[in-house]
Amino acid sequence: MTQSASRSERVAVAGGVRLPGTLPRLLPSGYTGDSASLASHLARYGPPPSGFGRRDREALIAEVARAGLTGRGGAGFPTARKLAAVAAAPAAVVIANGTEGEPASAKDKVLMARSPHLVLDGAVIAAELTGAREAVIVVHRWVRDIIDEAVAERRQARFDRVRIRVRTAADRFVGGEASAVVRWVERGVPAPAATPPRLSERGLGGRPTLVQNVETLAHLALIARYGASWFRSVGTAEEPGSMLVTVLGAVRDPGVLEVAIGTPVGRVLKLAGGPSAPLQALLLGGYFGDWVPAAEAMDRPFSLAGLTDLGAGTGAGLIAALPTDACGLGETARVARYLAGESAGQCGPCRFGLAAVAGELERIAAGRVTDAGLLDRWLGQVDGRGACAHPSGAVRLVRSALRTFGAELNLHAAGWCCGTARILPVPSGRPE
Amino acid sequence: MSVWTGRGAARLRVDFIACDGRGLCAEALPELISLDDWGFPIVTGEPVPPRRLADARETVRACPMLALRLEYGPGPASRPQQA
Repeated sequence: MTQSASRSERVAVAGGVRLPGTLPRLLPSGYTGDSASLASHLARYGPPPSGFGRRDREALIAEVARAGLTGRGGAGFPTARKLAAVAAAPAAVVIANGTEGEPASAKDKVLMARSPHLVLDGAVIAAELTGAREAVIVVHRWVRDIIDEAVAERRQARFDRVRIRVRTAADRFVGGEASAVVRWVERGVPAPAATPPRLSERGLGGRPTLVQNVETLAHLALIARYGASWFRSVGTAEEPGSMLVTVLGAVRDPGVLEVAIGTPVGRVLKLAGGPSAPLQALLLGGYFGDWVPAAEAMDRPFSLAGLTDLGAGTGAGLIAALPTDACGLGETARVARYLAGESAGQCGPCRFGLAAVAGELERIAAGRVTDAGLLDRWLGQVDGRGACAHPSGAVRLVRSALRTFGAELNLHAAGWCCGTARILPVPSGRPE
Repeated sequence: MSVWTGRGAARLRVDFIACDGRGLCAEALPELISLDDWGFPIVTGEPVPPRRLADARETVRACPMLALRLEYGPGPASRPQQA
């Protein structure tokens, strides 16, 4: 392991990102003083292609399709299909989505802080591919300064042919949903909109809109430079490329890593320093993701295909390690209460149902309820019944908790609980 | 199995942003629409049987919030939503 790490580091130092099979691609290896500057960015990656004609555009979208790039914001939709849908329409606009409203996830913030120009390259290339004259960068407030600085640097160098506008993201969980991002930029309201219309048909200001996660755009910027075969030189055949993961909980060195898709889960934990305590379960994907027993997940590839029969997926790249002295039901109840509070409140089943689900789960975790029948009923009545994926995502998390920690219901009723350690961050109160 | 109606199978769909939970639809079409524990309509997503189509159209028109729709075509399409 150390041998391969030092080898890939040497290659990276020699400017070897473009060599197939090397990692990291998105994050500079090692901190240097000005790793975020345009000059060091260009030294590392070379200049991005620009000035596309119609044929170049079609060829590059086909190349993205060949690369098999999928959205890295959690839904995993094929990027080329979104690009093609918006490219076919006139007067488009591109939104780079760096909202990352999930409190446990840090990968988009780290990416924008350390490789701002790669994200901006990707946004500009997406704009050129779709005929958009403007790219709106929606950034978490923590990294707004860095993005502002990077944009100013590019403006001064007259680097881009499209206008770049920067907006600070809504500080809300649901604010990262694509239509909510559009409404936030448009009207300062971070709430999802009903479909139809699709954003690719009518989004920001009524224009066809491409909303793409910032990590997806960073990958796009590299595919545009080095091509599909290079992109596919890591990852699996079905899920090519690398992805950023946020590892937190009971590991020695929590943080953001870039791994090849399909890297065994246990190896990803090792890259994060290894478990710092005996583990009982892992939360995979994010707060819309799934709890799985730690022992069952360790040897699995971190990929959709590798996790699907555990009922899990890679989501937005989160891995949270739950130690044996923490309570999975209690942790899930806290997150469920948070997600209920983060409902935009527009859809009845989400607004009332998620609060009911959180309350029942709190009673279960406190040992006052031993039968999950009512909770099951409410989960069924919330699942799939909203304008966006918020209610379904919360249901998915709670169902996975019942699957993984269901045997503890009676133990909780008897007064036993595995512990009080907390690993999942949940902001207290809603920021205004 | 979907029922051919000329435009594809018709399915009831609720716009939950518009829906206020008045419950008229469930009263008018009890065999196709029930209410959840908070009073919001549950539709099955199954095609509306042809003999009930006229009633379904009537109920769609009667919704005071214009939140109920009949959609024609194949099943719910997958949409790229989350970026």
